[in-house]
Amino acid sequence: MTATSSLPFLKPSGDSAITVEFSRGIDDAANQKVLALDRALAAAPVTGVTETVPTYRSLLVHYDPLAIDFDALGERLTALARLPVPSTSAGRRWRIPVIYGDEQGIDLDDVAKTLKTTPEDIVGRHTAGDYRVAMIGFTPGWSYLSGLDRFLHLPRRQNPRLLTPAGTISIGGVQTGIQCLAGPSGWHLLGRTAVRTYQLHREPIFLLEPGDRVTFFAVDAKTFAEQERAAERGEIVAEQMAA
Amino acid sequence: MSKLVITAIGPASSVQDGGRHGVQRYGLPPSGAMDRPALAAANALVGNPPMAAAIEIGPFGATFTARQGAVRLALTGARRNADISGHVVAFNTSMTLGDGESLTLGFARSGCFSYLAIEGGITGEPAFGSLSVNARAGLGSPYPRPLHPGDELQAKAASGATERRIDLPFSDHGPIRVVMGPQDDEFGELATALFLGSEWKISATSDRMGYRLEGPMIEHLHGHNIVSDGTVNGSIQIPGNGAPIVLMPDRGTTGGYPKIATVITADLGRLAQLPAGNSFRFTSVSMAEAQAELRRFEGWLHTLPDRLRTAEDFDLNLDALRDANVAGTAVSAVDAGTWQTPSAEASGPD
Repeated sequence: MTATSSLPFLKPSGDSAITVEFSRGIDDAANQKVLALDRALAAAPVTGVTETVPTYRSLLVHYDPLAIDFDALGERLTALARLPVPSTSAGRRWRIPVIYGDEQGIDLDDVAKTLKTTPEDIVGRHTAGDYRVAMIGFTPGWSYLSGLDRFLHLPRRQNPRLLTPAGTISIGGVQTGIQCLAGPSGWHLLGRTAVRTYQLHREPIFLLEPGDRVTFFAVDAKTFAEQERAAERGEIVAEQMAA
Repeated sequence: MSKLVITAIGPASSVQDGGRHGVQRYGLPPSGAMDRPALAAANALVGNPPMAAAIEIGPFGATFTARQGAVRLALTGARRNADISGHVVAFNTSMTLGDGESLTLGFARSGCFSYLAIEGGITGEPAFGSLSVNARAGLGSPYPRPLHPGDELQAKAASGATERRIDLPFSDHGPIRVVMGPQDDEFGELATALFLGSEWKISATSDRMGYRLEGPMIEHLHGHNIVSDGTVNGSIQIPGNGAPIVLMPDRGTTGGYPKIATVITADLGRLAQLPAGNSFRFTSVSMAEAQAELRRFEGWLHTLPDRLRTAEDFDLNLDALRDANVAGTAVSAVDAGTWQTPSAEASGPD
C-alpha cells in the first residue's frame, strides 16, 4: 500500500483539477515529493494553475482549462515531479506550547493505560518528536503532522466526538495534529495549545505552511492562561526558531 | 446611499459571490454561490460583474425593504411567489424598489436557491478576495453569518436605468454529467454500473457543505478509508454506508473517503437547485467533452449582458411570465442547463 512509484499518477478531479498522486498510503517519502512539487510550482508558476492543495500522498492542482488543458498540464507536472527532491526540508521551524492532560487533554490517561505506560511517558515521547506539517485540511488551520513516535500509533476512537475544543493537540493513527477551531474529531486528545493556526485580523492569518517543522513543549496552567490572553490580543505565541 | 433592510428571512440565506480562491491549502473552502449561472444572470440584469456578491436566498420566504432611497434589484434562480406591494414581479428581470417599498418572496416552489442582486453590488470587507459567508470560519461581509431579520445592506441609490429582463431558454434537464475519478479504481465494475445506472434522490440532510444522495448502496473494493486528499466542488465521495455525498462550496478541503467521480462545472448549479426528494441520474463524459462544455459554459456566463432585453419586451411578456410563475413547475429553477446551446444538447452525453 505504501509503495511509492517513481512517477506520480495523474488523476482527473473533474474538469478543473488534477490529483497528482505519489502514494496511496501515508508515506513520508511521498509527502516530501508532494511538498517538493508544490514548491517547484510556486517557484516556477505554470500558466493556468490557480491553486494547489498538498496532502500526505498527493498534490491537488486546480487549474483553468481555458488557459491549459488536462494533457498539457499533466506533462508539465510530470516533468516537475521528476526533479530531484531536496534532501533537507526548506520549511520554517516552530516550537509550540502545549498544556497536557487533565481537562485540557481528556484522553491522556486512557492513552497511557492502553499503551501500558505513564502519562508522563506519553508527554515525553510527544514533546521529543520532530514533526513536519504534512498537510492542512478538513477545517481552517487543521494541521496534520507526520513524524509521530511509532510507540504512539493508535487506531482512532470507535466513536468520534462531535465537539472537541479549539487548540486541541491530538493523535490519530500514525499522525499527530493541531486543531484550530472547535469541531468534531475521532482522535485522542492529549492537550491544548493557545497557538491559533488560523486567526482573522492577525498577520499572518494562517500561521503554518505545509512543509514547516514543528516541535511541542509542555507548559503549566498559568502559562497556558497567559498565552490564551496573548493569543486573544493577536500574538502568535508560537516560537519561531532559526532554520 | 440607500439601504436594503432584511425585514424577514429564513435560515440558509447569506451573501455569496464567486468564492475565495488560493486558501484551500490552509483548510479554507472556497464557499461562493451554489448556482453560479443564476448569480451571474442576476448581476447582469443590474449591470454588475458576473460574480459580484448577491443575496443567496434559501428555500424559505423573505422580505426586503428599501430605506433612505430607492434600490434597484434583480431576481433569478429558484422560482417562488414574488411581489412588490401586491404587484407580482417576474423572475429574470430587474426592478426598482421605491423608498419604503418591500419585495416579498414566498417559499421556493422549484429549485432551492434564489439570487437577489443589488445594483452596484454589496458593500463589505472582502477576506481573501471574497464577501462570501463561511460561518464556521467566521468569514463573510458585511455579516460573517447567514442573514437575520433586521440586517441592513448598504446599496447604491437606484440609477433609474431602464428595467431589463433576460431570456434564459429552457432545455431538458438531462442527467448530471460527471468525469470519473479520481478514485474510481476503488470501485468494481458492478459498483460503477450501479452508480451510473441508478436513480438518485437528494436527501433532506443536504446543505452548502454537501448533498447526500439516497439510492442503492455503492460498495468499495478495499474498504472506505483512504488517506485524505484534496476535494473540489462536485467531488462525489462514497463513505462507509455506501451513500454518495456530492461536495459543495462549503466542503472540507480534504476528505478521507474514496471519490468515485466528479460533477462537471457546467452542471454544478443545476445539481445545487435540485430540491430534496427529486430524482436524477448521473452520466459519465470524457475529459475532452467536460472541458469543451466548460468553455461553452464560461462563454455563456460572460455573454449574459448581450442577452438583456428592455422593459418594453418585458411588458409584452409579463402576462406569460406571471402565468408561468403561478403554474410553478412550468418554469423551472434557474432553468437548469439554460446556458446550453442547441448544439451542446445535440452532442449530448455519452
